[in-house]
Amino acid sequence: MSVDVNMAEIAQLFIEESLEGLDIMESGLLNLDLGAADPETMNAIFRAAHSIKGGGATFGFMEISEFAHHVETLLDEMRQGERPVVREGVDLLLQSVDCIRDMIGCLASGNVDTARAKELETQLEAMLQQGPGSAAGASESAATETGAQDAAPSADAGTEQAGAGWNIRFRPGPGIFKSCNDPLRMFRELESLGELEVRVVGDADLDFETLEPEECWLGWDLELRTSAGREAVEEVFAWVADECELGLEPIPAAVADDVPADARPVAAVAESAAPAKAQDNPAGAKPAAKPVGKSIGKSIGKAASASQETGSIRVNIDKVDALINLVGELVITQSMLSRYNGDFDFTQIQGLREGLTQLSRNTRELQESVMAIRMLPISFAFSRFPRLVRDTGNALGKNVELKLVGENTELDKTVLEKIGDPLVHLVRNSLDHGLETPEERVAAGKPETGILELNAYHEGGNIVIEVIDDGAGINKDKVLAKARERGLVGPDEQLADDRVNNLIFMAGFSTADEVSDLSGRGVGMDVVRRNIADLGGHVSVQSECGVGSKFTIRLPLTLAILDGQLVRVGKESYIVSLVSIVETIQVCADKVNQIAGESELFKLRDEYLPVLRLHELFGIQADSTRIDDGLLVVAEANGQRVGIFVDDLQEQQQVVIKSLEANYRQMQGISGATILGDGTVALILDVPGLIQLYYDRNGGARHQAAAVA
Amino acid sequence: MAATQKHMEELTQQAESGDAGGQYLTFMLAGEEYGVEILKVQEIKGWDTATPIPNTPDYVLGVLNLRGAVVPIIDLRKRFSLDSVPYGATTVVIVVKMAHDDQERTVGLVVDAVADVYRLESGEIQPPPDMGGAVHTEFVRGLATVEEKMVILLEVDRLIDFKNMHASSSGAKSPDSEETQTEAETES
Repeated sequence: MSVDVNMAEIAQLFIEESLEGLDIMESGLLNLDLGAADPETMNAIFRAAHSIKGGGATFGFMEISEFAHHVETLLDEMRQGERPVVREGVDLLLQSVDCIRDMIGCLASGNVDTARAKELETQLEAMLQQGPGSAAGASESAATETGAQDAAPSADAGTEQAGAGWNIRFRPGPGIFKSCNDPLRMFRELESLGELEVRVVGDADLDFETLEPEECWLGWDLELRTSAGREAVEEVFAWVADECELGLEPIPAAVADDVPADARPVAAVAESAAPAKAQDNPAGAKPAAKPVGKSIGKSIGKAASASQETGSIRVNIDKVDALINLVGELVITQSMLSRYNGDFDFTQIQGLREGLTQLSRNTRELQESVMAIRMLPISFAFSRFPRLVRDTGNALGKNVELKLVGENTELDKTVLEKIGDPLVHLVRNSLDHGLETPEERVAAGKPETGILELNAYHEGGNIVIEVIDDGAGINKDKVLAKARERGLVGPDEQLADDRVNNLIFMAGFSTADEVSDLSGRGVGMDVVRRNIADLGGHVSVQSECGVGSKFTIRLPLTLAILDGQLVRVGKESYIVSLVSIVETIQVCADKVNQIAGESELFKLRDEYLPVLRLHELFGIQADSTRIDDGLLVVAEANGQRVGIFVDDLQEQQQVVIKSLEANYRQMQGISGATILGDGTVALILDVPGLIQLYYDRNGGARHQAAAVA
Repeated sequence: MAATQKHMEELTQQAESGDAGGQYLTFMLAGEEYGVEILKVQEIKGWDTATPIPNTPDYVLGVLNLRGAVVPIIDLRKRFSLDSVPYGATTVVIVVKMAHDDQERTVGLVVDAVADVYRLESGEIQPPPDMGGAVHTEFVRGLATVEEKMVILLEVDRLIDFKNMHASSSGAKSPDSEETQTEAETES
C-alpha cells in the first residue's frame, strides 16, 4: 500500500514536471526565430520533450511516451540543423504540445484519448518522411543527447551502427542509488537486447570505516553482443546520463580483459545494497502503475478544472532562508521572554518591554516573509499570452505584436490564479474587437501590425494590470445606442465618455455585430468585472475612438491581510484599509455646504467632496454629530473621493481578514471582519460599497454633487 | 441538564440509525420550552457582547469571535417578536450549525436558559398546528409532550432566512429596515 502512495506522489511529480516541461517547450517554440533557431532554445525544447518521453515510459503512460517520441524525433532534426525551422513545423509542434497536455490531463479519467495523438502522429511522420535525412538523422542525433557527455565522437556514429555489439564502459557516480537508479535493472534491460557479459570494476580507494553503504563506488565494463544500434543502448542509460561516465565503443574482433582481481569483495557490498533498492523500486513500479493512474487521476482532474490551481508552490530558496532566520530570532526572543516567567519583579519591567517590542518586530517580519512566500511573479499568468495572441491573431488574420511589461511584479498566489481567466477574456476581447485587420489599419494610417501590451506594476498596496491595445477603440455612439436599446440608459440621459465606456461591463452587453467564436456574446465583460470584484479589485476602461483602449485592473496584493486604520464611531470601532485613505482632516463647519437639506459637501482644496456620515449610514449612536467635533477620513475608491465622518482615529494595525459571508452573508459597505487584540470582532469598511450605499440612500444626490464639482 | 452518559449513548445510536426522531436539546424562551436537534448543536457558551453589524434586522445582535471564526449571534426572543429581557446569569448562546443553500453556517442563538436533553421517537412528535402567532409555523418541526409539558421543536435550518434578511436591510427605503434602525438606535 505504502508503495502505491509513494508511486502516486512520484507520478504526481511527473505530471507537474511534464506540465512545466510543456510550458518550456511552448515558450521556447514561440520564441524561435524561424530560419535561424537559437541552439540553446532548441536544446531546451528537446530536453523537455525527452524528459516527458522518459518519464511517461517509466510510469507506464505509454501513449504519452510514444507520442513524445515522434515529437522528439522531429525536434531532433531541427536541433541538428538537418531540418530548417519552418512555420509548419513549429505549428505542428505547438499542436503536439497541446496534445500532450491534454493527454496528461486525461490521465485523470484513466483513459487517454489517443485519437488526436494518432492524427498528429501521422502528420509528424509525414513531415519526417519529406524531410531531409530523416531516418538516419533521427537515430543518430538521438544518440548525441546522451552521447554529448561521454565525448565519444559522434561524427563516425553512422559507421558504428553495423558493429557486432558494444563495449560499454559504465562508471556511475556515487549518488546513483539515491536517485533511484539501479544498475542491475539497466543490465537486465541490456540483456534483452542481446548477449551481455558484465565485469565489475572496483578501483576506488575506500576505507571501510568511512564507507557510506548507500554510495556506489563500483564501475562496470559491459560487453553486449547485439545488433542493436547505439541509440538503443544509450536509451538504457538515458536516466543516468547525467551522473555517470559512459563510454560506448563498437566491439572489435578481440576484447581487452582487465578486470582487477581485488574487485570481487567489494562487489558483494554492491550486491547487497543494490537488490534492496531493486525490490522496492522496479518491483513496485509495475503493479503500481495502474492504481496510480487512477488515484492521481482524480487530483489532476480537479486541478485541471480549477484552471491550474495546483496545490504546490515553488519558492525561491532565499525566501525560505529568510524565514528560517526569522524563526531563529523568534526562538531567541521566546527564550528571552520566558526568563520572566518564573520570578518576576518590577525591576525587570524594562527588559520585559524590550522583549515584547522585539517579539512584535519578529512577528511582523515573520508575517511579511510568510506572505512573501505566497507571492509569485505575474509572469505565471502572462506566460500563456504569447501563445494565445499568436493563435488568436492567426485565426483572425490580424498581425499582433505582444509586449509584456513588468513580468516580475509579484502578487499573491490566490490572486494570481484567479486573475488568469479575466485577463484572457480581456486579451481576447482586445484582439477580436479592439485591433483591426491589417487592411483596416493601413487604411487608418497605422502600421500593419497592431500592438497589444500587458503591463503590470505596483501602486500603493495594489497591483495594477493594464491591457492596452492600439486598435479601433470603443465606438461610444454604438455603445450608447445599444445601451438605450436595452434600457440600460434612459433615452435622454447624457453620459460622460468614461461612463459610456464602462457600460461595456454591464451584463448582456455586446457591440459586436456578429457573434464570433471568441467573443461577442455579451457574457464576457460583466463576468470579468464580477471576477475581479470577487478578488476585491476593480476594472475600468479608457478608450479613444481610433486610437485604442486601455483596460486597467486594480487588485489587492493579497487577500489575507490588510493594513488597516481603526476608526471609532460611538462605541464601535471599524477598520478602514490604509490604502484607500488619502488623508484625514478636521473641517470647520463653514466649509461644509448642505445641498437640498440632505447631502453635505465640503470643500477640500479645489474639490467638493460628499460627507458620508458613518453613524447615519450604519444607524448607530455617535459621540459627535457636529462636523467640527469629529474627523473626516478622506477616502478614495474607483477614482472617487469622499469624506467619511467618524468620531476619532485609533491605532493603525495589520489585520487578518475574516469572511463575514462564511457564517452570515455579505453586507453592503462591509468587506469583512477581523479579530482585534482583545478578542473582539471589528468590521472592515468597504469604501466603494459605502459610497454606493450613500448614493442609494441619497437618491439623486450624485448628480447634484457632480454638477457642483 | 447536560447530556448524561445514557444520553450520549442514545445519541450515537440515533446518529447511526438515522431515525426521524432523535435527541433534542431544549431551552427556555419566555416561559416556553423549545427544542433543537442536538446533532445541530456545536456548543453552548456564555453570553458575551457581540460586535453589532449595521443595517441588519434587530434580531441579529452582531458577530462574535468563536475561536477565530466570526459567528453571527441571533436573539431568538427578538426573532420570535417576544418581549426583550435583560440578559442574566442563565442567558446562554447555543451555537448551532445551519445548512442553508448548500452552505453550512455556524450561528449563535441567544436563549434565556438551557433546559434539558430529551430523546423523542418520531411517533411522539406531532406536526405543528397552524398557529398564526409570533412563531411562524415554518420554523416549527413539530410539537412533543414530555412529562406533561409541551416542547416546541424548531427547524434550525429555517430559523434564519439569509435571503430575506438581505432584502429587508439593503435599502433604507423599505419600512422594515427603517424600523430596524430606529430600534437599534434606541437600544444602543
